Amino acid sequence: MAESLANPVASTSAPAGPAPEEPAPALTVAPGPHIAYGALTTRRMMLDVILASLPLVAVSLWVFRAYAAFQIGLSVVSALVAERVFVALRHRSSTLGDFSATVTGLILGLSIPPAAPWYVSVVGAFAGIGFGKIVFGGLGQNIFNPAMVGRAFVMIAFPAAFGVATYVAPGLSADAATGATPLTALKMSGETPPLIPLFLGLAKGSVGETSALAALIGGLYLCIRGTAAWRIPTAAVIAMSLLTGAASLIHPSPWTVAHHLCAGAFLFGAFFILTDPVSSPLTARGQWIFGAGYAVLVLMMRVLSGYPEGVMFSVLLMNAVTPLINRWTVPVPVGGPVPERK
Amino acid sequence: MSAVAPLAPPAGRFSGGVHPSDRKELSRHMPIEVLPTPPELNIPLLQHTGAPCKPVVAPRAEVVLGQLIADIDAFISAPIHASAAGVVQREGVATLPNARHVKTIPIKTSSKQIPAEELLLDMFGGAWLDRKLEEVTPEEIVRAVRAAGIVGQGGAAFPTHVKLAQNPKKPVDTILVNGCECEPYLTADYRVMVEAPAPVIAGARLAARAAGASKIIVAIEDNKPEAIQALRDTAGGTDIIVMAVPTRYPMGGEKQTVRVTTGRTIPTGGLPLDVGVVVINVETAAAIARAVWRGKPLTHRVVTVTGEGVAQPRNILAPIGASYNDLLQFCGGLKPEAARAVAGGPMMGFAIGTLDVPVTKGTSGLVVLTAEDVARAAETPCVRCGRCVEACPLDLMPTRIAMAARHKDWVLAKRHHLMACMECGCCAYVCPAGIPLVQLIRMGKVQMMKEVGK
Ligand code: SF4
Ligand code: SF4
Repeated sequence: MAESLANPVASTSAPAGPAPEEPAPALTVAPGPHIAYGALTTRRMMLDVILASLPLVAVSLWVFRAYAAFQIGLSVVSALVAERVFVALRHRSSTLGDFSATVTGLILGLSIPPAAPWYVSVVGAFAGIGFGKIVFGGLGQNIFNPAMVGRAFVMIAFPAAFGVATYVAPGLSADAATGATPLTALKMSGETPPLIPLFLGLAKGSVGETSALAALIGGLYLCIRGTAAWRIPTAAVIAMSLLTGAASLIHPSPWTVAHHLCAGAFLFGAFFILTDPVSSPLTARGQWIFGAGYAVLVLMMRVLSGYPEGVMFSVLLMNAVTPLINRWTVPVPVGGPVPERK
Repeated sequence: MSAVAPLAPPAGRFSGGVHPSDRKELSRHMPIEVLPTPPELNIPLLQHTGAPCKPVVAPRAEVVLGQLIADIDAFISAPIHASAAGVVQREGVATLPNARHVKTIPIKTSSKQIPAEELLLDMFGGAWLDRKLEEVTPEEIVRAVRAAGIVGQGGAAFPTHVKLAQNPKKPVDTILVNGCECEPYLTADYRVMVEAPAPVIAGARLAARAAGASKIIVAIEDNKPEAIQALRDTAGGTDIIVMAVPTRYPMGGEKQTVRVTTGRTIPTGGLPLDVGVVVINVETAAAIARAVWRGKPLTHRVVTVTGEGVAQPRNILAPIGASYNDLLQFCGGLKPEAARAVAGGPMMGFAIGTLDVPVTKGTSGLVVLTAEDVARAAETPCVRCGRCVEACPLDLMPTRIAMAARHKDWVLAKRHHLMACMECGCCAYVCPAGIPLVQLIRMGKVQMMKEVGK
């Protein structure tokens, strides 16, 4: 777009350069604005997510050892291969440089049970990138979060891979004791886990969802950087606290507000998955509604549905209503709409 | 003068906006310097919004500084005066930064010109506040402003007498003197406020008398404390309010300044006049004082020539019609790293491919940027992050408007208020996907007008 023109200073009778013997600089023309906020680019936003996920990856490696390394690595590689293959099939130039496929693979890997068989990650990555993104037309066009589409696909295709047997006990990669996650235990027997391990990430769960602390650290980084729209996780946390707080007033239960916030993938979802810019609303008001709606759905699934955890379905459902939220929340321009010309 | 004018808090706020690095330190300490008269001036016949002027002098005629050389009998117009003594040449042409071609009157300047110190003294020096407002009627002020060819010097170049003429259907209660200068890099208004606060205040009072306004507010961004102090000191003892407004681009936009200083919202498609306000730029205010009290037309203006691509940034008092080449030469020329020359500020200014462009009454600056300054992210698809929506000071949805314009979906573009956009550039400034939102919107406006006629 910027076309280069020889600087006319050089050709006029009154050269203006400090050193006339040097060739004068070429001036380019391009539409304004001529400066940009360079600190945030699409690529940088994706890199931010990768950076922010490091605490989660570290906790998962420490807790699940080889299981975590295997699932995360396999998901990321599969996602990259999937992106490369699909983009080549559509005869587009490679889009690996924007790192969005890396992020999809990473989020998928973090949300899979540690001991799930290898094909779960691979199929999930291909389904996520293919059905979640490419069929919509690529980055920016998709309605649903690709990682969650992939996870939903494998969960339906291989239900056994998400059963209790794949949730290994933390730190025990040798004898690999498997068993119910805290949320399943709550469902089954009303059991209440101690809060501290839940917060730190020593409970059973998917690879990267167990540590509330790590999700918070990474999530705060994303919000401060501006990569994540801070209103979304804020709304989710506030809504979840208010709802569970009110519920425990009416129905006292050993599961406190803090248990609900720290359990499962609620915080991981709120900070890392829900804030995927492509599948979340554009407007400030829309972002509040979106975050709060997510919390309501997660809680409803925990309490009412047959599934122990509903982060994935909640995200997908909220993604589905995002176009509607966008339409409802179109702001009124300052000074009112453009008047009709007579 | 013992009393200083009150420092009032802002009365309102606007949402959105951005905080670009302002780079004003490059030129803010450079005093206003007079450009040595160039051998030739090329004075455009259209320097204002409205009807172009027609020459009233023939080629080879000798003219003196301030002599009327072009005019037209239309209400929305402003006459043009010789900005140096010399001999009129055959009609020429020039391309203005907005790509418009206009006819010009070239003048070969003579060797005898007014000395620089005398010109500075005449423009900004001496006593300004010893005259009584009662000496002139509002009609006389409007006539003098028209005769002096004064237009808004903040960039829009709307003829000032039109704004000041009283209209019983649209009463005015407030004159707002805009000293925000929110565009990065530019320091011309700042220097005028610091070096010549007296004519600014004198002009503001004349404007208030002409328009029948009872209140005068001077709005200055709070990153210019010296300017705020200078105007408060000068306005002491009057009821002029000097207001320090938050530094945030585009604070100097009319809609934003009016909202922040008065709490009033200009309707979309309307003017400050619709809410009883007339906005004038600080340099315009000084020009009004000079026209009324000294009978002098608008022939020179202060232009900031700055940027990392200029050898020595300066604030230059330049005659209308001097070329950007003349200005740059006075600043030591371009540095080798110069990559883009922008007429005006970097947010709303136009990139120019040639420096053979004349200074007009609306030229506020020439900013030369380096490749590093103008680098932007490689364009990717919109990731729908909403940052443009958050940054838009008019609460529009820039991504929606731009995509509708790209796909020529005029129904959608209208639903998202395409025509309300003021092209401030905040959206494109923040967009992480490097999408040229303003360009898409601007082209959309033109095409929609053409295709839908609305
Ligand atoms: S800032 Fe750019 S990427 Fe983000 S929503 Fe607006 S147009 Fe899309
Ligand atoms: S250029 Fe238009 S759409 Fe973009 S921020 Fe400014 S007013 Fe809003």
